[in-house]
Amino acid sequence: MQGGSPSYGGRAWCARSAVVVATVLGLAATGHTAEAAKIDSGDTAWMLTSAALVLMMTAPGLALFYGGLVRSKNVLSIVMQSFIMMALISIQWVLWGYSLAFGPDHGHIIGGLDWLGLRHVGLEPNADYGPTIPHQTYMIFQLMFAIITPALITGAFAERMKFSAFLVFSLLWATLVYDPLAHMVWGTGGLVGKVWGALDFAGGTVVHISSGVSALVCAIVIGKRLGFGSDPMPPHNLPFTVTGAALLWVGWFGFNAGSAVAANGLATSAFVATNTATAAAALSWMSAEWLHKGKPTVLAAASGAVAGLVAITPASGFVAPMPALMIGAAAGVLCYGACNLKSILGWYDDALDVVGVHGVGGTWGAIATGLWASAQINPDAFAPKGPAVSEGLFISGQWGLVGNQVLAVLVSYGLAIVGTLVCLALTSLVVGGLRVSDDHEFAGLDLSQHSENAYVFATGGYGGGTSFSSPGSPHEHRAALGANAMK
Amino acid sequence: MKKVEAIIKPFKLDEVKESLSAVGVQGITVSEVKGFGRQKGHTELYRGAEYVVDFLPKVKLEIIVRDEQVADVVETIEKAAKTGRIGDGKIFVLPMEEVIRIRTGERGGEAI
Repeated sequence: MQGGSPSYGGRAWCARSAVVVATVLGLAATGHTAEAAKIDSGDTAWMLTSAALVLMMTAPGLALFYGGLVRSKNVLSIVMQSFIMMALISIQWVLWGYSLAFGPDHGHIIGGLDWLGLRHVGLEPNADYGPTIPHQTYMIFQLMFAIITPALITGAFAERMKFSAFLVFSLLWATLVYDPLAHMVWGTGGLVGKVWGALDFAGGTVVHISSGVSALVCAIVIGKRLGFGSDPMPPHNLPFTVTGAALLWVGWFGFNAGSAVAANGLATSAFVATNTATAAAALSWMSAEWLHKGKPTVLAAASGAVAGLVAITPASGFVAPMPALMIGAAAGVLCYGACNLKSILGWYDDALDVVGVHGVGGTWGAIATGLWASAQINPDAFAPKGPAVSEGLFISGQWGLVGNQVLAVLVSYGLAIVGTLVCLALTSLVVGGLRVSDDHEFAGLDLSQHSENAYVFATGGYGGGTSFSSPGSPHEHRAALGANAMK
Repeated sequence: MKKVEAIIKPFKLDEVKESLSAVGVQGITVSEVKGFGRQKGHTELYRGAEYVVDFLPKVKLEIIVRDEQVADVVETIEKAAKTGRIGDGKIFVLPMEEVIRIRTGERGGEAI
């Protein structure tokens, strides 16, 4: 239940039972239901481990995955965007992010400010989110999702956004798009998850649709990279990318199986579904490219695995292994097609295919959840016990859940599009434009934004520039490199 | 004196170097270069997008020899670098006006 929405997961049942028992015994169940709940050390151990696994997905996982895909002159800038996101959102989350996303409900849209600075978020369990783990364990687990989501977007504006603009945009986006969406889907009283009963186990809408659709908006607003469509821009280090994809695959077990918010059968089921879908997608994307273009590329296998992970995310706690296999296999082909569409259309430069993988994979996963979600896997998610109106179309023959899934997708699209436009406009006002100048873009962001060079022997846009003739201030050094470049 | 420049396939370098040593060549300058001739480039494939890479990696050798060695050296390179397939490279022979050994100040043939 990543969510931890109590109504979905196995633990919810325990919580309710605990309350019932407490009531029967005549114990006071008023006010602090937490008193009736007991912290389970197995659950807590698994959730702390899962939180660490999900953090590992952002860096080194995503940092390497993206880092390998850019040109060598921009590798530090993209790795930095993932790395510093861990610091930036960690602070945002404890100050106000967690409160907005999971705090007491306001109008089914957003959490209130009651939990600012983690006030009231202590070591007692919160019965709604995780009745058997400390509330702070749930909070820190959710933080890792809030970190990786804006980090995913960086692939769209890679190689051309100012670092200052990136920082401001990420902070705004986390606050104005991620936090409300997380509340609507996972928060107590949220519109999408609780009122409508759409299912999103680990973040198909909150994480992948939101980042993928926002990525498309960013790519269009910020414009294409210099030379897009004419200059070759091949990945500079595919071993990085494959290593990153492998770390994502491993870390994703914390993401999906951890979203059971307990170390139980549901977590195992999500683990199996995740691995099965990922394997199927790696094979299907590789095969699709092999049939279409003649070679089974390594990047295809790595991209396919990520597409499978994305697609199974919302479904992982609701579907059996065979539907998971189908969801993954279809995701590989769909996302491969979507990445090709970018080159065919040619009107947006989503540098690292965030739209094709996360936008399309996330949308497919959200809809597919409405096709195969089964009460056999997760009985607490469905009516009358849980919020979902029916099982998946292919399980129950009823359209109800599919309709709600589509609604959830549309809400996510809408919020991502409008929210991202607002965030970009505000960012541009604050830092004076989103994009670096043309000569800084040509020089590469590593040099122009950070005054560093990833590979001492590699040539950036302006050539090697490793002749450190005299120690000087960073400013003088940059000037010297710049002058060198002008020759 | 002449300068012999040869552009060859990179994996033929060791063979060419050993053959040249065998005919008495005492110094070679080698660079990694890129270029194209009649041999086509190759295609790289990233997420369905194809990049045609026109410039292929080659190795360039520069050898300074006495006039009487030229025929031998050229023949040696020709034999050692040949695969018979397109892209084997080319050999250029250029006049060389002067050679100076920096350490001793020797000039001409003595300095080679």
